[in-house]
Amino acid sequence: MDEFSFSILLAGVIAGAAPIIFAAIGETITEKAGLINLSLDGTILLSAMVAFVTTYQSGSVLLGFAVAALVGATVAALVAIFSVYLEQNQVAVGFVLTLTARDLAYFLGNPYSRLPGPQAAPAPVPVLKELPFVGAVLFDHTWPVYLSLLVIMLCWWYLYRTPAGLKLRCVGENPWAAYARGMDPRKLQLYSALLGGMFVGIAGATFSLASKPGWGRPQGAEGTGWIALALVIFGGWNPVKAAIGAYLFAFLQISGIYLQGWFPSIPAQVFQVAPFPLMIFTLMIMYFTQRERARIWAGNTPWKKSLLKLFAGNAPAGLGKPYKTE
Amino acid sequence: MHIKLIDIHKHYGGVRANDGVNLDVPPGSVHGVLGENGAGKSTLMKILAGYIRKTGGRILFDGREVAYDDPAVAARLGVGMLYQDPLDFPALTVLENFMLGQTRGLLRSADTLRSRVESFARKLQFNLHPDDAVSSLTIGERQQLEIIRLLSLGIQVLVLDEPTTGISSIQKEILFAALRRLAAEGKSVILVSHKLEDVEQLCDHVTVLRQGRVAGAMAAPFDASALLGMMFGQLPCPPECGRIEPGVPVLTLRAVSAMGGRTGLKNCSAVIRQREVVGLAGLEGSGQGVFLRVAAGLQQPLQGQVQFGEHALHDKGHHHFKRYGGAFVPTERLADGLISGLTISEHFSLQQAGGFWIDKPRAVRQARDRIDTFNIKGRCETRVESLSGGNQQRLLLSFLPTTPKLLLLENPTRGLDLESGHWVWRHLQKYCDADACIVFSSAELDEIMMVADRVLVFFDGRLIKDVPTCETSVEALGRAIAGKLD
Repeated sequence: MDEFSFSILLAGVIAGAAPIIFAAIGETITEKAGLINLSLDGTILLSAMVAFVTTYQSGSVLLGFAVAALVGATVAALVAIFSVYLEQNQVAVGFVLTLTARDLAYFLGNPYSRLPGPQAAPAPVPVLKELPFVGAVLFDHTWPVYLSLLVIMLCWWYLYRTPAGLKLRCVGENPWAAYARGMDPRKLQLYSALLGGMFVGIAGATFSLASKPGWGRPQGAEGTGWIALALVIFGGWNPVKAAIGAYLFAFLQISGIYLQGWFPSIPAQVFQVAPFPLMIFTLMIMYFTQRERARIWAGNTPWKKSLLKLFAGNAPAGLGKPYKTE
Repeated sequence: MHIKLIDIHKHYGGVRANDGVNLDVPPGSVHGVLGENGAGKSTLMKILAGYIRKTGGRILFDGREVAYDDPAVAARLGVGMLYQDPLDFPALTVLENFMLGQTRGLLRSADTLRSRVESFARKLQFNLHPDDAVSSLTIGERQQLEIIRLLSLGIQVLVLDEPTTGISSIQKEILFAALRRLAAEGKSVILVSHKLEDVEQLCDHVTVLRQGRVAGAMAAPFDASALLGMMFGQLPCPPECGRIEPGVPVLTLRAVSAMGGRTGLKNCSAVIRQREVVGLAGLEGSGQGVFLRVAAGLQQPLQGQVQFGEHALHDKGHHHFKRYGGAFVPTERLADGLISGLTISEHFSLQQAGGFWIDKPRAVRQARDRIDTFNIKGRCETRVESLSGGNQQRLLLSFLPTTPKLLLLENPTRGLDLESGHWVWRHLQKYCDADACIVFSSAELDEIMMVADRVLVFFDGRLIKDVPTCETSVEALGRAIAGKLD
């Protein structure tokens, strides 16, 4: 790697993180309402396959995304119906669905394996892309990447600035209290699962139509769902922080590729695996910042306090506890 | 609005929580519903509030029969309830809690509602700030928030389930003043309580429930002994208060500071001696809880020394505390003391020393034995979360070692009816006779005056008063709790 361009590296991070962001945002929405959707990883593969096949047959990338979102919402609906309405164990249902969706994707997608297919075309933003540095980093991408940037902000707005988002959060905190205030906790959990599932589906489509175009076994999206689940925790159930986590993860992955070129003597696997223990390390830091000693350390110093606040994040109090009527 | 409940039944399997209850509440009055734990008060009120469905009976609002089984519909009809366990969202702010259930439209109209919170709070002289996190509020403030939220929904009937449990006497004054004001405006207030003094202070009428039925009714002024008779069938006898000479120091704190609670604990020094019963008074979270946790070795102090007998405890943990002969009973019985989902006999199995198999017959034997001696209303296979508060407390006490040196109890009688409370103290005094010392916290000054030899008053994390109970009065303690020393 002779020429190292920081702007290219960052542009790669923004683009590479896009599908992870969709998945992490989708799961954040679902978990904020108190429901854990563990089917993420399989759903991403299934929707990636469906998106590729749809676009291959119809020629429309947009249609591919739409159908993928529908697939994501369908799997999420299954999780919600089984766990919320039929009171089955969320973890078991999600886990079984993730395996089912994965195998279904490989089986049904087999005829389309390794075919050259259409993908989302580069869509540089006129004028803005001419800006030095920023233009190359932010404004020279495919449209799903722009969408991922937009979704972070929209999701934050939805959760923290709209009545619907407030209701969603309160169901995740205490569904019984939500019921006492005239809400239907089950319906709200179902809706948030559907909305979250749509984003998971879009994550899959972003893989097969933009960041890792094509379909095959392995597709390259394997494992992303689990990373997204970890990122939700990393972000303290806050969509913006989860997105920051996604960028950090993408950064670690891409720097691995660079470092591999610079240090050929180190086995390639080290760089491939490095992001995972580093994520655990970051989670540990988060844990330590929430301890009492950290609060003593911060005292009344404003910057220390805001640093701790950045790392703080609590799970919705009702997460994973199904609502049952009295 | 005139409320009439006629022949209300609620059956859980074979258990009749309400068995033909009638209640008549005219507008503009404060009506008390009195009864011991498990008398069916909460069930009746949850039916009125639409939170649970009745098995039978009729509800009339202003003479018109109404049917609903949803709290939101009840609120629209004009009935709002303050539940015993606050049904709010600690993770959200005061304003967000206030808004939930009353916002319409896509964008939230935060500013209008913010001024609404402030004007309601001002009217009832509540000190609430819209942007505070609910998790930082006291129980009393969380109640205040619920009250203004319900009022803002336009309710005409306000039901309060044991509102004076866990709030300070000052907050109780504020609450009662607000309730009187609401009644004077023509609203009906229904106060559910097991405390006679609440009813005496506030209510115009009272209905007494016992075992799911109406045991009697009375209008103010009340005859206390007649009410107690209705509640219990017979009068419970209060614990005797034996003043014994204290012996050698058991627990010594020297200049201890620690974090936790709302205020932490600041530079606290105290000595507890053998055979003493020491009450900890103060507003909720003024340092009493931290004091007990530091003394129990559950929390390490930032500064200072804790000594248990001749052992230093501040650098050791709870296991040492237990080994030296201490025992701690926390206030959150189900959160910190008992394990939800396990049965009584499984709790005894947990105490089994080791071995490869669970010795079930032995645990059942032990459980039966304790159920008898501790008069617990439950069976070996009863899950602990389905026991009433009084019975949970009895079960916890049955786990105490037989000859402890030091007992630390956090609000030992909170949420218990008079009879259970007296039973607890009669039982605890046996330990003192066996040379143990007891340190307990309580929000009830009367309780402290009745059973303690000495009282420590906490204010804002500091120990500001240390006085024998025979040299002080409830009034003086009340002032000290508010930070005013004579």
